[in-house]
Amino acid sequence: MTQILFKDINKKNLHTMKVYEGIGGYQSLKKAFSQKPEEIVEAVKASGLRGRGGAGFPTGLKWSFLAKDVFPRYLCCNADESEPGTCKDRELLLKNPHLLIEGMILCSYACRIETGYIYLRGEFHDLSLIMDKALNEAYAKGYLGKNILGSGFNLEIHTHLGAGAYICGEESALLNSLEGGRGEPRMKPPFPAVEGLYSKPTVINNVETLCVVPFIVNEGADKHAALGTEKSKGTKLVSVSGHVKKPGNYEIELGTPTSELIFNMAGGIQNDNKLKAFIPGGSSVPMLPADKVDTPYDYESLAAAGTMLGSGALIVIDDSINIVEATLRLISFYMHESCGKCTPCREGTRWLHQIVERIMQNKGQLEYITKLEDICDNMAFKAFCPLADACVAPVVSSIKYFRSDYEEYFKNVPAGTSR
Amino acid sequence: MAKYKFTEDQEKEISDILGKYPVKTSALLPLLTLVQRSDQLVSPGAMVAIGEKLDVSPAYVQSVMSFYTMYHTKKVGKYMILFCINISCQLNGCDKLLEHTARKLNIKVGETTSDEKFTLHREECLAACTEAPMMRVNDTYYGNLTEQRIDQIIDSLD
Repeated sequence: MTQILFKDINKKNLHTMKVYEGIGGYQSLKKAFSQKPEEIVEAVKASGLRGRGGAGFPTGLKWSFLAKDVFPRYLCCNADESEPGTCKDRELLLKNPHLLIEGMILCSYACRIETGYIYLRGEFHDLSLIMDKALNEAYAKGYLGKNILGSGFNLEIHTHLGAGAYICGEESALLNSLEGGRGEPRMKPPFPAVEGLYSKPTVINNVETLCVVPFIVNEGADKHAALGTEKSKGTKLVSVSGHVKKPGNYEIELGTPTSELIFNMAGGIQNDNKLKAFIPGGSSVPMLPADKVDTPYDYESLAAAGTMLGSGALIVIDDSINIVEATLRLISFYMHESCGKCTPCREGTRWLHQIVERIMQNKGQLEYITKLEDICDNMAFKAFCPLADACVAPVVSSIKYFRSDYEEYFKNVPAGTSR
Repeated sequence: MAKYKFTEDQEKEISDILGKYPVKTSALLPLLTLVQRSDQLVSPGAMVAIGEKLDVSPAYVQSVMSFYTMYHTKKVGKYMILFCINISCQLNGCDKLLEHTARKLNIKVGETTSDEKFTLHREECLAACTEAPMMRVNDTYYGNLTEQRIDQIIDSLD
């Protein structure tokens, strides 16, 4: 299987300039600088690359939306990896920081950007040191700074650490946080491409997305577009976690069956239990039952199955647990991470938590399910940002596919229990 | 209240940080992090001093700070243990391991040991799900935890 991102990932000292250059690192820069910036944007468009952070928006198109002739412009690399189940960017940053820098240089050249920030979640302090070291190496080699390789193009890249807030992975919240404010999302429009960081045109891309760009410049857009399916081009890093024997980050060509990831790459289910459910794209997307495990892992097929590819975090759940337990854990997460700005999210997450907790204490009744669905209905697409929708996803899908798991708790309700 | 003073090294670091941004306020989180890494908390005096550096009010500093979970206003242990309890860790038995850790330290989750060496907190996903169950002790990630491994890690910290 073709690998773009993980081909050399376990090569010793890949994080150093010497080893990275040894495998052809930074070769794309000369090729890029011999072209017009717009040609790179066109190539990324033609490659079919889509945002790997969660939304799956076409990358080249995003770049082409930058407000015309407004400068300075900024690039923000979103390294606030916090979606439960997701840990692919951590592996890239840890083992191959130069690939990200190379991708950021290409993006900046294409978009005429002279300042870039890598926004890392606060807990990634160790990775920020690795990144800083790699950046210093790149400055020393003249890949960053003034007049890069004599091209006349200038670029500064800085790391910036957050301080513990899931919502800062949402791009407009990230901008507020980077500006030194509370990480609350902004009203859109204006979109960041028009008014982003410091109200200037800004590109915000996920780590993995930027890491694909050197391949596109080196090998050509066609080579990338030839991988994957008709609409989901290229490869994807998938973090497989939960009840599998060999959890890990695996790079697949988009369109590979989900079953291949779970039963082959990740070694199948722990203790040879039975697969019960899987969450294909991180905690914010609906879960699917075991009988959908052959769904091809790509944007369209997963959408057709009623869920999303999201950030590429495949969470595998076996039949040893009641799905309501896992659902409560996820609700609890969103309740904790709700920034409190919008009522449906702030109150809704708490109500869902109270009701599901009560169900698990055997104090529920059948009508509670209707109540949960009603609350979800009042939360979905009614808040400022997608956090409320994310909380709704596991609740609605668990009720849809595993209603009997809820009903388990309605049996044996102690007599005289107050409802 | 004595005025909070940055050390000479910190002053140098602050000027490097400020150099990264065209707008000063962007340095707020980095400055809070700088203070906390040296003092293990952010005191009201430090909030005033940071505000002065960035031309913002102490109340603004506090309002931003309170949004983020990593800043503390009270002293925490020398080792901050953040124990991930999110889904991938849950599926791999973190609840029992967290209980074990609390028992081993003889504290409840959320507390600090009486010798101020360890603070134990539940934490949401730390992005190391393929190594679940996992915890972060200060800046270090520890994955594939078992009771024995937790004991070894805790015993090895001095």
